[in-house]
Amino acid sequence: MLHFDKVYKKYNGCMALDGISFRVSPREFVSVVGHSGAGKTTLLKMLLAEERPTDGSVFFEQTDIYNLPSREMNALRRRIGVVFQDYRLLQNRTAYENIAFAMEASGKSDDEIAADVPHALELVDLGEKMWNFPHELSGGEKQRVAIARAIVNQPDVLIADEPTGNLDPMNTYDIVQILKRINDLGTTVMLTTHNKGVIDSLGRRVITMEHGKIVRDDPEGRYVL
Amino acid sequence: MFWTNVKRILRTGWQHFMRNAFVSLSAVLIMSVTLLTIGAVAFTLALLDGSLREIERKIDLTVSFTTVAPENEILEIKSALESLPEVASVLYTTREQALDAFRARNQNDSLILQALNEIGDNPLGATLSVRAKNPSFYESIAKFLASDTALSPAKLSVIERVNYEDNRAVFERLSRFVSSAKQLGVAVSVILGLISVLIAFNTVRLIIYISRDEIAVMRLVGATSRFVRGPFVISGILYGLVAAALTLTLFFPLTYYLGDATEQFFSGVNLFHYYNTNFFEFLALIGGSGLIAGALSSWLAVRKYLNV
Repeated sequence: MLHFDKVYKKYNGCMALDGISFRVSPREFVSVVGHSGAGKTTLLKMLLAEERPTDGSVFFEQTDIYNLPSREMNALRRRIGVVFQDYRLLQNRTAYENIAFAMEASGKSDDEIAADVPHALELVDLGEKMWNFPHELSGGEKQRVAIARAIVNQPDVLIADEPTGNLDPMNTYDIVQILKRINDLGTTVMLTTHNKGVIDSLGRRVITMEHGKIVRDDPEGRYVL
Repeated sequence: MFWTNVKRILRTGWQHFMRNAFVSLSAVLIMSVTLLTIGAVAFTLALLDGSLREIERKIDLTVSFTTVAPENEILEIKSALESLPEVASVLYTTREQALDAFRARNQNDSLILQALNEIGDNPLGATLSVRAKNPSFYESIAKFLASDTALSPAKLSVIERVNYEDNRAVFERLSRFVSSAKQLGVAVSVILGLISVLIAFNTVRLIIYISRDEIAVMRLVGATSRFVRGPFVISGILYGLVAAALTLTLFFPLTYYLGDATEQFFSGVNLFHYYNTNFFEFLALIGGSGLIAGALSSWLAVRKYLNV
């Protein structure tokens, strides 16, 4: 489903990604671990075409995403849900409107939005806070809204960039359970994290990065640094 | 789908405007200053234009006839003048009318009235007041009256004086002064207008700069440029339109307050009256400027952050 092919990324002479190559199959749950500055976030940015690689290609199915025209790039991004460590919610919109925005952007009808948004919020156990603004929600609740926004268009891939980085252990556990549930429903998940407990509890594939390189890729790995 | 998107963009733009009330208020106030400046420019130009027209209206060319000039000769000269394409109107004042006007003007000056009675006869000649369609035509009308090819020697001999040369220097100096003032006014106004438009642009840019992270998120969830930009442009238009409404309302008390002063100083142009009679022109100017400035500044400011 995803294929990184000898991807290099250089920032001002510093190599953030140094010849990264790996594949991700459909329905897989892949965790990427590494110290800060190892290149995890850069790797995910490549997948969203938020940054261009200095060299190499990234394929989504058979498509080289850097050869896509702008319109098709928008369509591709709608097939990838994304969750950030700092939530990145639209501050002047309610939880409902934040999720509805992702559906509106993908051209869904008002009826579909009215049916799917409450369902997505129920999935992350946030049905009661539908009309709250982000500043009225706790960190864990904001992250759940972000997850609901990421999955509401039923993406093929969900990217979660340190989604538990700002959360307490209880909320961390909840978020990981939600990600597992989403993966069980058929969505490929790529997760980056620093949290040893999260990785060890998942028991899924773990890619370990150091200085922009993949140093370990275990099908049922643990957090080893 | 097109209309659904339009509806969503309008709704989101309205929400953005209402939910960021403090930001919207500051944008509206800054834009109001811009629109007030643009309006003040329009008023200044109108005042200068009114003054110039008033001066032009006061210019005329008077042909004085000898006291013995036969009326039929005068009327023939009047017809000849009226047939000239440069002439707007010719007013004939008979000797008797001239005398009556003279008496009326000096009714409190017994010395002059006494002198007039002692003369016995009417010492004043008839006059023709000629008004040209354009001040620059007076010179050719004066030449016509002095030329013996246009008028017969008999007609020329009844003309005592054409006052064009006497007044010309004063008129030309006044016209030059007003038209220089107008040019200076336009230059200063354009500079002021540009500065205030730039300030309005920068305010909107700043507002959108605050939203740059949100724009990036919208792009990352797959929203098209148009879908991201649309609501910001709508908010920009709302800033402009609300500022225009505020400005147009403020002009009523402002022009009312300044109306009498401007009427005395600028030869009869009352700002309040001028604003009322030209309100729809001002509505188009201020409303249009607000709408364009708001929409364009938002459009340009968002563009910078769309490259995600």
